[in-house]
Amino acid sequence: MTVAGSAPRAPRRTSAQRVLVRTMSNRLGDAAMALSSGFAALVVLAILLLILFDVVRNGVSHLSITFLTEAPKEGMTAGGIFPAIVGMVEMVLLMTVAGVPVGVATAVYLHEYAPAEARLTRLIRIAVANLAGVPSIVFGLFGLGFFVQFVGAGIDKVFFHGDKVYGQPALIWAALTMAVLTLPVVIVATEEALRAVPRELREASLALGATKFQTVMHVVVPQASAGILTGMILAVSRGAGEVAPILFTGAAYFLPHLPKGLSSQFMTPSYHVYVLATQSPDVDATKPILYSTVLVLLALTFILNIAAIVVRARVRRQSGLQH
Amino acid sequence: MTAAATNTTPTTKLTVRDLCVYYGEKKGVGPVTMDIAERHVTAFIGPSGCGKSTFLRSLNRMNELIPGCRIQGEVELDGDAIYGPGVDPVTVRRRIGMVFQRSNPFPKSIAENVAYGLRIGGLKDEREIAMRVERALQHAALWDEVKDRLNDNALGLSGGQQQRLCIARALAVEPEVLLMDEPASALDPIATAHIEELINEISSDYTVVIVTHNMQQAARVADYTAFFYMGELVEFDRTDVLFTKPSNQRTEDYITGRFG
Repeated sequence: MTVAGSAPRAPRRTSAQRVLVRTMSNRLGDAAMALSSGFAALVVLAILLLILFDVVRNGVSHLSITFLTEAPKEGMTAGGIFPAIVGMVEMVLLMTVAGVPVGVATAVYLHEYAPAEARLTRLIRIAVANLAGVPSIVFGLFGLGFFVQFVGAGIDKVFFHGDKVYGQPALIWAALTMAVLTLPVVIVATEEALRAVPRELREASLALGATKFQTVMHVVVPQASAGILTGMILAVSRGAGEVAPILFTGAAYFLPHLPKGLSSQFMTPSYHVYVLATQSPDVDATKPILYSTVLVLLALTFILNIAAIVVRARVRRQSGLQH
Repeated sequence: MTAAATNTTPTTKLTVRDLCVYYGEKKGVGPVTMDIAERHVTAFIGPSGCGKSTFLRSLNRMNELIPGCRIQGEVELDGDAIYGPGVDPVTVRRRIGMVFQRSNPFPKSIAENVAYGLRIGGLKDEREIAMRVERALQHAALWDEVKDRLNDNALGLSGGQQQRLCIARALAVEPEVLLMDEPASALDPIATAHIEELINEISSDYTVVIVTHNMQQAARVADYTAFFYMGELVEFDRTDVLFTKPSNQRTEDYITGRFG
């Protein structure tokens, strides 16, 4: 500040001042960052609350036990959504049974067996990442082309003399399409869970003369099971809400009865919402039903997500107990 | 201590010839040549990073779990080359057990931790398993403390108990050699004394090799001691000789506390 070089103390003072100035600008930066990021978080929260408020306000009036246990009536302007709930549960169960074992096995291969630097390993990882980024309507078209028109039609030709049984949109094809869609969720969650298994536990098992397979089966996967479960729940909650993949592969516009088997079509809340919103003959009559359906769908997804969070928290606590 | 003190030459259990361990291009330890005596305690001492743990882990083929690790030279267990062609590391590790620095019980019950090695070894008879679990826990001086809560989660045990449980787990499969990688370094003095007592006791049945950074511990438990420095075996002798009349200047400097 004063004339430089006039006294030996002068440079020291300026450097001290510079430090002071820097901390002040740091503090200003911190404050600005805290303010702007806090505001952003507030906006997100506000949007979420707004949606929730809107759905609950419009949907809660029509919600009742009969709404959950009755089929739609009078051109979907009355009645409930029971077949849709059943259809969703069946579809999601089938999807889980079909998809989770494949996803878990893939993750186990990638993390435990595949050489990390090998080209094939990297290729699989890229494929998984890309699979996660594919728009869901593309999965729908894939399901139609591959499962319905190729696999289904093939089964009909071989086992049913060309009669249309499996060669049309059906519960099984929708579930398989959804299983493919949710594969990346399961794979990523499982790999993360496997990565969290302490090296010490693997070594303990191997040092006792366990083979790698025994170690994976008896130590690694059980230790990762809660993480795998989290991935599964997230996959289910994703599958419950998606419409596009099942649009051409099995979802029904309206069914007066529950799905009879793997080859029948089914209703789901998500597609039902779309139908009510766009195809209704009487908009005013269907509006409360529409909102109630959304409310049920939201509640189901929230419950599943909360379950995933609870499971994850329990895992953290358990692994925290270890050391 | 007894056999070493009476000067009878014990049988050799492990023969190591020119063993080198590499991480990538870098040499971790070696070349090491030594004979490890049967039913005696051999200690490896040396400052951190001197290669003693790396060397220990190459005695039951645990090093090959580390990517990029390469081993040269020979290790023979009773004359069987453990790095020989076609030798399955799994069978090597069944004969040469290991206890690690940090206790690492499985998040299972106390009994199941000890039974683990027996079950994966194909033992199905539950009565036999229960019997051997009890024997191993007694051997590890843990039975009296846990006999009423065998089905409790092992993670609820104290640090010292967990480490003794790990020793029991290793003993349950009845290995011939037990490798211990700083088994007491994370424990308090009382728990450490427990472990040292235990090592003394099991050395009548097992060949024990222990890595420690604690020279007093080596002096207390080991019949033979090897001093490692910068990836080299500097000196290997009877413990009393190594600590009283070391023949190498670096050994003397280390045990008198001039470095390390």
